[in-house]
Amino acid sequence: MAMVSDAPKGNFRLSMLVYDTRYRSFTIQVIVLGLFIAFVAWLLLNLQANLAAKDKDISYSFLFNRAGYDIDQQLIPYTNDSTHGRALFVGLFNTLAVSIAACFAATLIGVTAGVLRLSKNWIVGRLMTVYIEVFRNVPLLLWILLAFSIFAQVMPEPKDFKVTQEMVDQGLEPPAQKIFFDSIAITNRGTNVPAPLLDRPLGSVSVLDVPINLSVLAAIAVIWGSFWVNGRIRASAKAIQEDTGIRPVTWWKSLLVLIVPTTALLLALGFHLEVPAFAADENGVSKGFNFVGGISLAHSFTALFLALSIYHGTYIAEAVRGGILAISRGQTEAAYALGLRPNRTMNLIILPQALRVIVPPLISQYLNITKNSTLGMAISYLDLKGTLGGITLNQTGRELECMLLMMLIYLILSLTISLGMNIFNNSVKLKER
Amino acid sequence: MSNSHFVRTQMLPPQKPPVGETGVIKWMRENLFSNWFNTLLTFLGLWAVYALVSGSAPWFLNGVWTASSVDECRAIIAASAGEGASGACWAMINERWHQFMFGFFDREEYWRPLLAFGLLFVALSPVLYFNLRRPTMIMTAGAGVVLVMLLWAVGTDGWHLSLAAVLMAALAALAWVAPKKLLWVTLAFPATAFFLLWGGSVWAPIGVMLGFGIAVLVWRSLVSVIGVSPAAGVAALTALIWWGFVQGHVTGFLANALPFFSLPAEDSDRFGGFLLSFVIGVSAISASLPIGILLALGRRSDMFLIKTLSVGFIEFVRGVPLITMLFTASLLLQYFLPPQTNFDLILRVIILVSLFASAYIAEVIRGGLAALPRGQQEAADSLGLDYWQAQRLIIMPQALKVAIPGIVSSFIGLFKDTTLVALVGLADPLQGVTKVVKADIAWKAAYWEPFIFVGAIFFIFCFSMSRYSMYLEQKLKTDHR
Repeated sequence: MAMVSDAPKGNFRLSMLVYDTRYRSFTIQVIVLGLFIAFVAWLLLNLQANLAAKDKDISYSFLFNRAGYDIDQQLIPYTNDSTHGRALFVGLFNTLAVSIAACFAATLIGVTAGVLRLSKNWIVGRLMTVYIEVFRNVPLLLWILLAFSIFAQVMPEPKDFKVTQEMVDQGLEPPAQKIFFDSIAITNRGTNVPAPLLDRPLGSVSVLDVPINLSVLAAIAVIWGSFWVNGRIRASAKAIQEDTGIRPVTWWKSLLVLIVPTTALLLALGFHLEVPAFAADENGVSKGFNFVGGISLAHSFTALFLALSIYHGTYIAEAVRGGILAISRGQTEAAYALGLRPNRTMNLIILPQALRVIVPPLISQYLNITKNSTLGMAISYLDLKGTLGGITLNQTGRELECMLLMMLIYLILSLTISLGMNIFNNSVKLKER
Repeated sequence: MSNSHFVRTQMLPPQKPPVGETGVIKWMRENLFSNWFNTLLTFLGLWAVYALVSGSAPWFLNGVWTASSVDECRAIIAASAGEGASGACWAMINERWHQFMFGFFDREEYWRPLLAFGLLFVALSPVLYFNLRRPTMIMTAGAGVVLVMLLWAVGTDGWHLSLAAVLMAALAALAWVAPKKLLWVTLAFPATAFFLLWGGSVWAPIGVMLGFGIAVLVWRSLVSVIGVSPAAGVAALTALIWWGFVQGHVTGFLANALPFFSLPAEDSDRFGGFLLSFVIGVSAISASLPIGILLALGRRSDMFLIKTLSVGFIEFVRGVPLITMLFTASLLLQYFLPPQTNFDLILRVIILVSLFASAYIAEVIRGGLAALPRGQQEAADSLGLDYWQAQRLIIMPQALKVAIPGIVSSFIGLFKDTTLVALVGLADPLQGVTKVVKADIAWKAAYWEPFIFVGAIFFIFCFSMSRYSMYLEQKLKTDHR
């Protein structure tokens, strides 16, 4: 008969709270909690005393007051009669716009530069090394200011694009020309790009005071649908391949499914691009002082976008390079032994594995791009920091409320991005038991 | 039938390889023209290089170094390179480089930040090469030589120049005789640098350091009696009491009684340029290291509350942009401190930037901790080491070694981010100083020169630091793969 004895119980003595490792962590946590509460209480008491001394209170009612300032880039309708709360959303959408655009461009630049830096081509490899080292070792703020200065100082004035009577008579060209198939005009006031227009739009409905463009919605639905159908086609091709070993030819089906519905929709809606141009009389002589039509992008947006994507592109390039180098040479050799050609080796063997290494640093770069978009403040880009944390703050004098709200929004943005990317990361992660 | 067969008696000389398989041609064929795509890339690359060089070379080559205004620069360029030629006006840098470097510090006092800069390397040497005589000596002596040259270059008076030279020589000798003792220089460096930079009475920084001394004494005498954490708590409390209630009286009395140990005080608004970047960068990174280590340990702790607090702090700070932290320093901090507390903006910025950096350092160190196999901790436990002994002797040395590249790149990032302080009104080299320099009508039209000058200095520092960390990474790699 086995005698199982419990651990000696002993009497609990007070000193065990300090000396006994079983209880000590409890003691420490209680002390830390006490200190933390005391610290927070101290901060709050100070806050109360300071607010009382300045005769202020904490109130977010200013968000419903008239803002009274203009924002030159608006993705939702806004006038200076709108509220501060609406200005906040305009700023938030501006932050999102420049961040998302820069994330895409930086990924494109980064992947290209990272792959090219590993290229066997000596000149291209060195050039990419120089690009990466130069851009990542100099502060981002410098690139933003430099890009802005170049736009504002070097680019021609709008009047340089004008065609005068003399030019028509003598067959001369104006001193400045539009670029990219005569569609984009970069002037020192802004960049004029073609605007996508619809002759027969579907109109819009308003949900909770936010207008929703039905045409855009329809386009998104059609594009998503054709991608879904394409996915089905590929999946069935794969099933046939696994069954019979012969993969049916699918490329023309995919092409058809991806292109035809979207084109048909665009034709039905009467899609065309409105190229920015000067108004002109019958002889081709320009009238007016600036471009008419198209979308005018402010330099603050373009400069911030360029600087963010080029600067963070270097970091993404290094992540891509590191990811590719992390895949051992044996993988390449095994692929060659199976008879795969270099291109297919890269696409089927190396990149899928490298992706797992690349995604985590990529996430942190996307976060950094979003956070660094606040630097647009230096060139007066009115993002969230510029509206809520800038003009609204200065006008209302409510530093505390504005700063706390702004930090909260950025925190939510960051956490959302890292949540979304972590879900993606889990889907590409090596499935382990 | 004499010659029916032939056997060669001498070896044939080896044939030369085909022309396409040797030397430059082979290299070019393999590296530049291996297929049509590669050839296309090569020509694109050559075109890019040509476009860059031909576009910028004349501007650099036409640069003018001595002139009194941009207009004079342009006149000189027009005279030498012909009408319509463009060129750099380096004269602006030549005239105003000291403001880019030192902000608005008194010119006679330039020896003070430079001496602090030199001492920084002396203070770093025992940390980087603990108890290794030769490298410590070389680093100290090298810092001394460079310092004397820099001091001479900014035109320091003979008395301060020789003072610095003697001091650095003494430190180099100390490094040779007793390299371990150099650690005292490291410990005294924060107070020394503060005294050199801000000036004022010597007794205030000494008083602050005394607080640390008292804390260490209390901890030493109590640690064997009541254990590590309680002793640390009591020591911290004693130091707080000293700083809060005693120190002011003692140092005030000493400053009155012995007034001659003092330097002319420099206000914070005189700090600017790279001096400001260095002050913020170096103090923030050195303050954030210990906080970061504690946060990383807290994040891995078994204690729920401590873990929650650490994770909350780290994720909050990493989730908000640095600018919001800087604006917190300039606008919000005053709300959370006792009324009428009003301290220096630079100090507030340093505190907030340190907190910001510590969250990033904590993640870097956590990466280092995660890279250690669990067996290390278990081995330490089985040897009977307590938590802090295990951390200090087993875990941290290995984890920090893994984390060094990450720490260096955090520092590079932080150093670059110091340019953001311009947005809260401090005179950083990029915007703040440039604005002041261009307020002078003579240099108003110089757009690109400040960018290039400041960018080049940032590049030199950041690039060499990143190369150094790559070298360290190679050197510290002890696994044999």
